[in-house]
Amino acid sequence: MAGKPVLHYFDGRGRMESTRWLLAAAGIEFEEKFVTCPEDLEKLRKDGVLMFQQVPMVEMDGMKLVQSRAILNYIANKYNLYGKDTKERLLIDMYTEGMADLNELISSLIITPPDQKESKMNLIRDRTKNRYLPAFEKVLKGHGQDYLVGNKLSKADILLTELLYMVEEFDASLLANFTLLQALKTRISNLPNVKKFLQPGSQRKPPMTEEKLEEARKVFKF
Amino acid sequence: MSGKPVLHYFNIQGRMESIRWLLAAAGVEFEEKLIMCQEDLDKLKNDGLLMFHQVPMVEMDGMKMVQSRAILNYIATKYNLYGKDMKERLLIDMYTEGMADLFELSFKVILGPPEQRDATKSLIKDRAKNRFFPAFEKVLKSHGQGYLVGNKLSKADILLTELMYCVEEFDASLLTNFPLLQALKTRVSNLPNVKKFLQPGSQRKPFTTPEMFEEMKKSFKF
Repeated sequence: MAGKPVLHYFDGRGRMESTRWLLAAAGIEFEEKFVTCPEDLEKLRKDGVLMFQQVPMVEMDGMKLVQSRAILNYIANKYNLYGKDTKERLLIDMYTEGMADLNELISSLIITPPDQKESKMNLIRDRTKNRYLPAFEKVLKGHGQDYLVGNKLSKADILLTELLYMVEEFDASLLANFTLLQALKTRISNLPNVKKFLQPGSQRKPPMTEEKLEEARKVFKF
Repeated sequence: MSGKPVLHYFNIQGRMESIRWLLAAAGVEFEEKLIMCQEDLDKLKNDGLLMFHQVPMVEMDGMKMVQSRAILNYIATKYNLYGKDMKERLLIDMYTEGMADLFELSFKVILGPPEQRDATKSLIKDRAKNRFFPAFEKVLKSHGQGYLVGNKLSKADILLTELMYCVEEFDASLLTNFPLLQALKTRVSNLPNVKKFLQPGSQRKPFTTPEMFEEMKKSFKF
């Protein structure tokens, strides 16, 4: 249409939410076409627009982008959220890959069988408190700057903020001793574009519910 | 020491093998410190060398790099294996992320429950034959060039070659209907650096079976 990116995904967070955060933080307006039933996914596949028959897919700059990391990297590059050189890119990649591991862990809780839920929750708590949050707090403490890399907003800060909100939803007490992370979360949340995205009625998606999960199971057949 | 990169990992393919392939193909000599028991791993952790308490870790250019994707991206950028611009990077990322999905399934064979091994192997064969190989064959067919992106060797060609050798271990007939992929595999395998890496006695690790992994686990607490 007007040249806005078009996001094709399920009406839920899943593997598209980080892309929504990044576009929003970059101030880029986007449209969404939701896959709500198996037929929607079949149509996209038949139309040949999904390179690996999967969503997320983002129509942007005349291309059909797939694979969430490829999409995030492209957007970060395009909107100068990927550092100024190879070393800054490396740091941003290292940090965001660590974040992706924790994000994946927390997101997997809803599909964990009931008899394994408690041990999964303990694992999430342990990893959050003893592995991931300390690592990022240490980075901020190390240079004393407002942003994770290069004293400038990057993909790393935006995705960390997304992750911190997820951690808060899971167990707010986990953030207690991480003062620099809390400050970063507040700082990013107050950026005008992010502030708007955090308000009700934005394209930000709520946490997955059992009901939504059933819908997703029908569409994606898992 | 000598300025060569030092790779810290277990004596298996795992999440370090793609890094070994990329360095080898780029003609970069590297050393390996193999982690043979729990004490080796604990020492790395206690020395504070592992940002997220995990390996792979690569010492290179004065840094302790972790997270395999971050490491691969850094090496690819440094040795001009990442395309010439943003759009080529995007294509390389899209393709390598698709490959990563198939590699993850191969890890699942080793790491997942024994009773699911056969099902995972079937899924690998199905996905390779019906989803991933057709997608990459189509790319090569569409431009008729010798390499996946930009008519030049990139991370995408090297990792696809690695993937084809990996998938062949599950079913040697899987490449039968993909002549352009076979040609790419041969072309990349014949590059002097890769040819050397494919010979016995190189740092390439043998195909890791679940039995090998079970044996290795005995020296560790996981």
